[in-house]
Amino acid sequence: MSIDMSQFYQVFFEEAAEHLANMEGLLLALDVEAPALEDLNAIFRAAHSIKGGSGTFGFTDMTEVTHILETLLDRVRKGELALVPEMVDAFLAAGDVLKAQLAHHQGGEAVDEAQVRDICERLARLSDSGTQTASRPVRYWVECSLAPEIAADAAAVGHLLDALAELASCEIEQRPSADQPRLALWATTAHGEAALCEALGFYALPEDILVRAGGPQKAYGLFAEQDPQAAQTDEPGHGLSEQAPTVPTSAGGNEAAGYGFFDDMPGVSAAQGQTPAATAGDAFGFFADAPGVPPAAPTVTEAATQRAAPQVPSPSHVRRASDDPSVETVRTGRRETDKVAYSATAETSSIRVSVEKVDQLINLVGELVITQAMLAQSASHLDPVAAERLLAGIDLLARNTRDLQESVMSIRMLPMSMVFSRFPRVVRDLAGKLGKQVELKTIGEATELDKGLIERITDPLTHLVRNSLDHGIETPEKRVAAGKSPKGTLTLKAAHQGGNIVIEVMDDGAGLDRDKILAKARERGLAVHEGMSDQEVWQLIYAPGFSTAEQVTDVSGRGVGMDVVKKNIEGLGGRVEIESSPGFGTRTIISLPLTLAILDGMSVGVGGETYIVPLTLVVESLQPRPEDIKTIAGEGRVVAIRGEYLPLIPLAEVLGQPAATLDLTQGILMVIEAEGGRAALFVDELLGQHQVVIKSLESNYRKVEGVSGATIMGDGRVALILDIAAVTRMGLNLNRRQYGLKAA
Amino acid sequence: MQAALERSLPAGSGEYLTFTLGQEEYGVDILKVQEIRGWERPTRIAQAPPFLLGVINLRGVIVPIVDMRIKFNLGEPSYDQFTVVIILNIGRRVVGMVVDGVSDVIQLNSDNLRPAPEFSTTLDTRHILGLGTVDERMIIVVDIEQLMSSREMALVDTPEQA
Repeated sequence: MSIDMSQFYQVFFEEAAEHLANMEGLLLALDVEAPALEDLNAIFRAAHSIKGGSGTFGFTDMTEVTHILETLLDRVRKGELALVPEMVDAFLAAGDVLKAQLAHHQGGEAVDEAQVRDICERLARLSDSGTQTASRPVRYWVECSLAPEIAADAAAVGHLLDALAELASCEIEQRPSADQPRLALWATTAHGEAALCEALGFYALPEDILVRAGGPQKAYGLFAEQDPQAAQTDEPGHGLSEQAPTVPTSAGGNEAAGYGFFDDMPGVSAAQGQTPAATAGDAFGFFADAPGVPPAAPTVTEAATQRAAPQVPSPSHVRRASDDPSVETVRTGRRETDKVAYSATAETSSIRVSVEKVDQLINLVGELVITQAMLAQSASHLDPVAAERLLAGIDLLARNTRDLQESVMSIRMLPMSMVFSRFPRVVRDLAGKLGKQVELKTIGEATELDKGLIERITDPLTHLVRNSLDHGIETPEKRVAAGKSPKGTLTLKAAHQGGNIVIEVMDDGAGLDRDKILAKARERGLAVHEGMSDQEVWQLIYAPGFSTAEQVTDVSGRGVGMDVVKKNIEGLGGRVEIESSPGFGTRTIISLPLTLAILDGMSVGVGGETYIVPLTLVVESLQPRPEDIKTIAGEGRVVAIRGEYLPLIPLAEVLGQPAATLDLTQGILMVIEAEGGRAALFVDELLGQHQVVIKSLESNYRKVEGVSGATIMGDGRVALILDIAAVTRMGLNLNRRQYGLKAA
Repeated sequence: MQAALERSLPAGSGEYLTFTLGQEEYGVDILKVQEIRGWERPTRIAQAPPFLLGVINLRGVIVPIVDMRIKFNLGEPSYDQFTVVIILNIGRRVVGMVVDGVSDVIQLNSDNLRPAPEFSTTLDTRHILGLGTVDERMIIVVDIEQLMSSREMALVDTPEQA
């Protein structure tokens, strides 16, 4: 009997995608010089889970890739191989291949076989080359104090030395004997420290064994062989001072820098520098063996530390200066906070629910809101005294419904980190390609946004980030010439502001070039003049096909982009603004409504029908005086509002409402903001302000020009939500029929 | 023609809901009917064809309402408490249709269903499944799904309109 596995495929796809995203995030956050073991383990676990899952479901292609990936990762996390930047690149590339394979299994297009083979080879090569590195013989200093009875037994010592000789070629410095239980030798081996320790483990207690790779043994050796007074001389003091900086660095919590420092210092093994305590412990263990020194050793170390410290340059600075100038997107300095935030999200328990179910729930709550509004409206006619309890109940219902609605809406809310998390990779790849140094900062990742918006904001944001990298941030040479740090900063920030979410893309690059934009606009035949405000000039870059890039690259320059960005964001009911100052950078500000399902609207009456105008677009409402309304060429009408002439758009006419008031002085003018300009909508009356649940008109009917959707009002009737941008356009095209000005 | 007729006849119930428009009697496949409702004034939609009266709220769903009397030029449309709206399920869409009245549910099969002759009317003969006869009454059996999805009804976004 075979079980139909396909029913579980979806779960695997989702999990694998999650693991891949997780892996990528961890890889990007990984500090190559000093990878945290837990991160490596987490990456390994992710790869392992994908391997297990793909094996179970018979996606052997993925199993193969993950297997090779896992092998390499395993060796890295066990410390057999040192992590190098090429590995991170290879891991990321492998992640991409896995993503493509996953997409293929989900019905996407087939994966390029050559690419798969390429990455497998690349990983295997790294794994092999690493083996060579690891198997290259390393010279170790081995010291061990044997138990006196073993040291006295020449045969046992012989066995021990034979065992060591099997592992390594040994140069014995001191052969243990009955009166000197100490063994000291140089061992040159490819098998690593662990093997040596193991061999010694039969004869000595682990705490008595000391195995060190590389150079400073000289100092230690000297120290050990000299009499205690030697510790007071400068010679061993230098030896100690190499250890001394561990104390300040580690205490400062910057483990990464601490590691880095030791990595570079000749011969001190990285494992040693973990904590000040460990260092002190090692030193103690070491000194304990030196004849005559034991009790004084810690004190000596301390004294030497204090004495030596001033001579030692600040270790982190040494390290920083020699820092690899390549692009790093996530800074070590932020690692601790990142980790906290990361573990916090990982630990929250969650359930997987299909979006459909959530949407159904949201719809039902929407119905409930409407019913509640209906009840409230009917109850408003009741005598408050007679129906006191009923009215109190209705009040309570209103509150509960609102709470319920909020919590249900919050189910659809996802943190901005969902979007931001993809940018470290984008920035890393792109900066590498452009030869720029960029640091990416993200602020407000926990800000929550509707899932629908999250999905649709990603593309515009990617455009903006690419733009900033390509046009905004200059090359390191130019930056240095301009007196800026060679590394540019790109900041992504999300925050709530009233009922909106505000997302900013900020760079500290060259800023927009006003003259260049104007020149380009003239070249393209756009209506521009020198007197335009900056804000107006910046708006020009949203014109379709507009690009000031001198050459078209595969990154940008084709001029497709900014207009799409603007259109997409306006399609989501949001707005884009640009702030820029030459030499200091550019800031693009996107403000979006929190959700697509609910809208704050102003209801207006036109010819007996109710329409909803999105509140965010309403600037003000006023009753016009006859003398404020002027005509142009006898047809087009404008209205003067505080010295500004706005086109007047009779809503009734746009919407073909014959029964509407035609007398301008009898109605209300609503000043609205649309497509960068303002206009005055003429309506019969203002009815009120509501939160409305947006319903699609298209699910049972078709798209109607000038209408973005529909909603159900408290009385159960349908009201149409106006697409103000389209209404304005229609109104400006149609501004023809003469309106009577009775009072005039 | 007979073969085509048999093919186009639904394999299902063979039951038809009949309704009147002016003096004429029409029939639609009962399986396409979701419910029958009383009249309720719909919300007008700008720039819609005259027969599209607007949209109503049907338990939270926005449903367009068409008036077949206007569409087929049958009598003066009047809207009162006796006006009936047939809510149809067309594919995955819901559409309301205003008619003068709903008569009954009848059984029709290929014996008492005759093909409609080709002639020119506002109702394209392509949308007519056939003419049925019950008790000397002629019932125009309409392929309501095809009619409602057709371009002339403008209920669906088609590439040509977009």
